[in-house]
Amino acid sequence: MTSTTDKKNINLTLKIWRQKGPDNNGLETYYADDISTDMSFLEMIDVINERLTLEGKDPVAFDHDCREGICGMCGAMINGRAHGPEKGTTLCQLHMRHFADGDTLVIEPWRSRAFKIIKDLVVDRSPLDKIIQAGGYISVNAGGAPDANAIPIPQETAETAMDAATCIGCGACVASCPNASAMLFVGAKISHLALLPQGKPEAMLRVMDMVNEMDRLCFGNCANHRECEAECPKEISITNIARLNREFIKSRLF
Amino acid sequence: MQLDAKIPGGMLTEKWDKHRFELKLVNPANKKKFEIIIVGTGLAGASASATLAELGYNIKSFCLQDSPRRAHSISAQGGINAAKNYSNDGDSIWRLFYDTIKGGDFRSREANVYRLAQISNNIIDHCVAQGVPFARDYGGLLANRSFGGAQVSRTFYSRSQTGQQLLLGAYSALMRQVAEGKIKMFPRREILDIVLVNGKAKGVIARNLITGKIETHAADAVVLATGGYGNVFFLSTNAMTSNVTAIFKAYKKGALFANPCFTQIHPTCIPVHGAYQSKLTLMSESLRNDGRVWVPKNPGDKRSPDQIPESERDYYLENRYPAFGNLVPRDVASRNAKMQCDMGKGVGETGVAVYLDFDDAIKRDGKDVIIKKYGNLFQMYEKITGDNPYENPMMIYPAVHYTMGGVWVDYNLMSAVPGLFVIGEANFSDHGANRLGASAMMQGLADGYFILPYTIGGYLAETSMQKVTADYPEFKDAVKKAESRINRLLSINGKRTVDDFHRELGSILWEYCGMSRNNEGLLKAQKLIQKLREEFWENVIVPGSGKDFNQSLERAGRVADFLEFGEIMVIDALARKESCGCHFNETYQTEENEAKRNDKDFCHVAAWEFAGDDNEPVFHKEPFDFENVELSQRSYK
Repeated sequence: MTSTTDKKNINLTLKIWRQKGPDNNGLETYYADDISTDMSFLEMIDVINERLTLEGKDPVAFDHDCREGICGMCGAMINGRAHGPEKGTTLCQLHMRHFADGDTLVIEPWRSRAFKIIKDLVVDRSPLDKIIQAGGYISVNAGGAPDANAIPIPQETAETAMDAATCIGCGACVASCPNASAMLFVGAKISHLALLPQGKPEAMLRVMDMVNEMDRLCFGNCANHRECEAECPKEISITNIARLNREFIKSRLF
Repeated sequence: MQLDAKIPGGMLTEKWDKHRFELKLVNPANKKKFEIIIVGTGLAGASASATLAELGYNIKSFCLQDSPRRAHSISAQGGINAAKNYSNDGDSIWRLFYDTIKGGDFRSREANVYRLAQISNNIIDHCVAQGVPFARDYGGLLANRSFGGAQVSRTFYSRSQTGQQLLLGAYSALMRQVAEGKIKMFPRREILDIVLVNGKAKGVIARNLITGKIETHAADAVVLATGGYGNVFFLSTNAMTSNVTAIFKAYKKGALFANPCFTQIHPTCIPVHGAYQSKLTLMSESLRNDGRVWVPKNPGDKRSPDQIPESERDYYLENRYPAFGNLVPRDVASRNAKMQCDMGKGVGETGVAVYLDFDDAIKRDGKDVIIKKYGNLFQMYEKITGDNPYENPMMIYPAVHYTMGGVWVDYNLMSAVPGLFVIGEANFSDHGANRLGASAMMQGLADGYFILPYTIGGYLAETSMQKVTADYPEFKDAVKKAESRINRLLSINGKRTVDDFHRELGSILWEYCGMSRNNEGLLKAQKLIQKLREEFWENVIVPGSGKDFNQSLERAGRVADFLEFGEIMVIDALARKESCGCHFNETYQTEENEAKRNDKDFCHVAAWEFAGDDNEPVFHKEPFDFENVELSQRSYK
């Protein structure tokens, strides 16, 4: 590794999980030299991949799309932390200025039984879609809606619903949870819809169906570790899990 | 070829009602016999898929990402317009229609735009019913804000994540129909070709991005909702996978490409900071409601902003356009930023940026109010730049953001290929030469929830349907072609990466076919693109194989199409010998450096027809008939 005097550029050692199939996997070491601290983490991987390509090697596969922290496509464990060390940040919005010259970074895919690895850092998160299919919606067809202002909704209620609705479905909560639970993901959707008057008619059925589907898909249960809340890039609160539990109990009692 | 937009007769205000009545209906019991392919799951694609499924059609829905929820509509920030007049400030359907036509510099169809304004209100109703958490006032009613290019407050929003919330609404409706068995979802698929049988669109060829398998899918109609082509510039605010491939293949199969040179450069983006940069980030232009744009009065003034006294600042938008000030339309704001930087008054390390200052707004309203309105944007800015915008003014510069051009469609949103419909940003749309803020989401959802569901029924009802399967030779031929292209890309084994070519193509277009164009530059760009394209096919390196997950191969296919498409943009820009909206040719400008239209010769859609790989495309025009608005020189003074 060469040392640099320009403090705007740093050198890093990367240990990246490479996986082509069930028997062909492991951590490989790469040297990321002369990385600008203004780069995003994904731009740093772009640079590594350009180098690998020119050397005739297979670039690192990783999911990403909007690079603005909203699509939820990117994500990896950086030194054991989902989306890296910065709070409330997706991997694409993590910048290299948060790392020091000489750091070693271990980069791994989301770890969960429910998310199968496709290649390198790319995993299959379709189980999250399946949970939404089980009831994460309000059943209205286009065409029949009343005027948008027909039902006033207190500002505070709308804002709390919005806090929950900001979930980007990235799966960091599942990857961070020791039980690989999807309770924060499900809790956020249940909260968003249960708080709003439009969501009330189906609230009981929704919570039962979504929780059952989550269990069926091999996600674990919540044991209040709060790792999900700590790593959620949208900082979604675990009060949403509490609300999920309340809604679930209500659906069983009444 | 005679272009027939099929605009219904009668009064402007009655056209859509009349047309809906005249469209033939498909018997409810027969709807389940039809299969429709919909490519793309953004606002347009997801809303169309869900709504057509609700009506009873069988849908096959395709997207590039691992989940339909990730389509790039999710990144839209600011809001969605509707003519509700909830603010009681004089808004109406007619005003929204007029603002949109005028904002587009009179290069869009009256009938389409009026329909869009009419439908805008239904969209808000439907989205609220779906549970979209729009911002609300203390009384519990919906809140509105104003947005660039409008003097009324008609924009509905969910913080600065309106696109996310609207898309999640459409996605939830889509998921509900997946659960009902009416939609079959095909994620991680790339469309490599559109298949025509006897001249009608009957299916697609798709690559499974995980296994590399080439699949064939047949249907009764095909809908493309694949978004815009802004990534032709390499650096844009588009998501990394946004591409032109599906609509470009449609063009090669006989659909026309309309106004490809109309690309919108958004004024409020975070400036470029390095050669490694992979994309640009937009900051919602709602920021211009409270932020003041300025540069130092004296060129080359390198003092930090707090050292520059009021008297030595040039609030150039407020000075030049006192009526609209910082809220002028996007094209005007962008061009003015470039002019200031070209004069040497740009700020920051690169000198290619202007200030967007919230100091006055914070002093006036308090920091809490500003946090509530723009908190997440400020946070995003700080994350990317490492600079605190509450203390120092933001630095912004324009970036490629939206493409008004797209596939030519008639009033029914059908392309020149029967059975091939194109919706959302992918069509040439209702925005003319410049889109106003908060109207992209309106158009995408109007197309998907409330227009296509009727018009596609009309096509299915009145066309004698030949049931086609994927065993037809047309599908087998298309598969062979797609496979041989993939093999060719993998076998070149040259010395330059795909991104390297893409970056060069982008810089050519940004330089010569960006915010400001001239004939000489455009001719030069055309030659440069041709040369680059030749080199690409001789010198690109695409590692790996076609039989598994290979992101380099995906990008190579998209960039190969961009290299062809980029030239068509330049040809279109050259042919339009006027300036209008975002197309600013320096030869055609007013004394005040505003775009100078030529309504006598260019009041039309330029629609380009593919004429073979070795020939320039053939020009067709659809003249605009303005019966209800008077064409005026736009003025925001």
